[in-house]
Amino acid sequence: MDPTNYIILSAILFCLGGLGVLLRRNAIVVFMSVEMMLNAANLAFVSFARMHGNLEGQAIAFFVMIVAAAEVVVGLAIIMTIFRTRRSVSVDEPHLLRN
Amino acid sequence: MRQLLLVVAETGEAESSMGEEVTFWICATLCVLGAFGLVFSRKTVHSALSVAVTMISLAVLFILNDAPFLGLVQIIVYTGAVMMLFLFVLMLVGVDSSDSLVETLKGQRWAAVLLIVGFGILLIGAIGAAMVGFTSVGLAEANAEYGGNVEGLARQMFTTYLLALEVVATLIITAGVGAVVLAHRERWSPKLGQPEQSVLRMKRYKDTGEHPGVLPNPGVLASSNAIGTPALLPDGSPSDLSIPTPLRGTVHSRIADQPEEIEADVDEVRSIAAGEETERPEVLDPISGHEDPQTERADEAGRSENDDNGQDGRDGGDR
Repeated sequence: MDPTNYIILSAILFCLGGLGVLLRRNAIVVFMSVEMMLNAANLAFVSFARMHGNLEGQAIAFFVMIVAAAEVVVGLAIIMTIFRTRRSVSVDEPHLLRN
Repeated sequence: MRQLLLVVAETGEAESSMGEEVTFWICATLCVLGAFGLVFSRKTVHSALSVAVTMISLAVLFILNDAPFLGLVQIIVYTGAVMMLFLFVLMLVGVDSSDSLVETLKGQRWAAVLLIVGFGILLIGAIGAAMVGFTSVGLAEANAEYGGNVEGLARQMFTTYLLALEVVATLIITAGVGAVVLAHRERWSPKLGQPEQSVLRMKRYKDTGEHPGVLPNPGVLASSNAIGTPALLPDGSPSDLSIPTPLRGTVHSRIADQPEEIEADVDEVRSIAAGEETERPEVLDPISGHEDPQTERADEAGRSENDDNGQDGRDGGDR
């Protein structure tokens, strides 16, 4: 099967993830969109590995997954901390740094 | 399990097989639908479930791409751990926390859509231009070199990328410690145990005369045992203390604003205390304070059934 299909699918998913980051206000949804973008990149890595016939792409995708998992852990802890102090998970709310 | 993976990997190896084509289009559709669900569903839980669908479809696509190990890791790590963590935090934060739809930056939404559409067109155009006439090598040879996908990947991890693996291990431990530190909350006042609470209760009794014992239950002797209905004291007056604190001043105050209802309850209690047979007073909805026609009808049915039981019939339904 033409590998272009996979790459284009990954581009579409990446764009939709970016749309979620830009459009949504809820920090958790924004975070899930970032995860979606990382996954789209992973799909591209995996298809590149198959296209070029070596496993480097899969190794990189594995590392991306590990880093994404670590990021989720810390990010959700930060969201919880913000929620605890501000009672809100909206990314519009914490503009304390503005002044 | 390993046999299954090898079978899956082998079926994936066959170039442009019909099965791969069908699986790809099904999973690609599910992926894109899940992504749209993430962006456009109003409720956060729906977004999270859409992402789970996308993750599972992506896992199938990984397996289709000769990456059975990554496919399984995707299912275990993403749908199993990460998405459940998201749902967990979602429940802690409150499922009802929906997005505010107020546009804080004017025209930001359209600008974002325009930006993303332009970016997508550029990306897909570039990919299309770069990949014209590209023939896929396939992973059959690379996988066979060390006896399989997992073995080949392990070889990569522990030789070429050994340093990266160690660094990433450090990173993930640091992330765990970071989460513990962030979630930790310092206790500013000493924790009150049972003895301290009892001492405080007696102190309040001494200072303010506050009743130290158990508070009365709501609805005792009143026309309903709803949690917002105050208990009636022996003299027929409603007891403030019988209503849970969060409800005080809401339901109770509304009931207290309608003294005639309270009066009816009080009369009933007095007549029961005097040992009289009384007509059942109208059932009042304790929340709205209005007569609920449905309850009324149900009550009438219940009364005609229970007529033989005499006064005890009133205890049947809602007490």
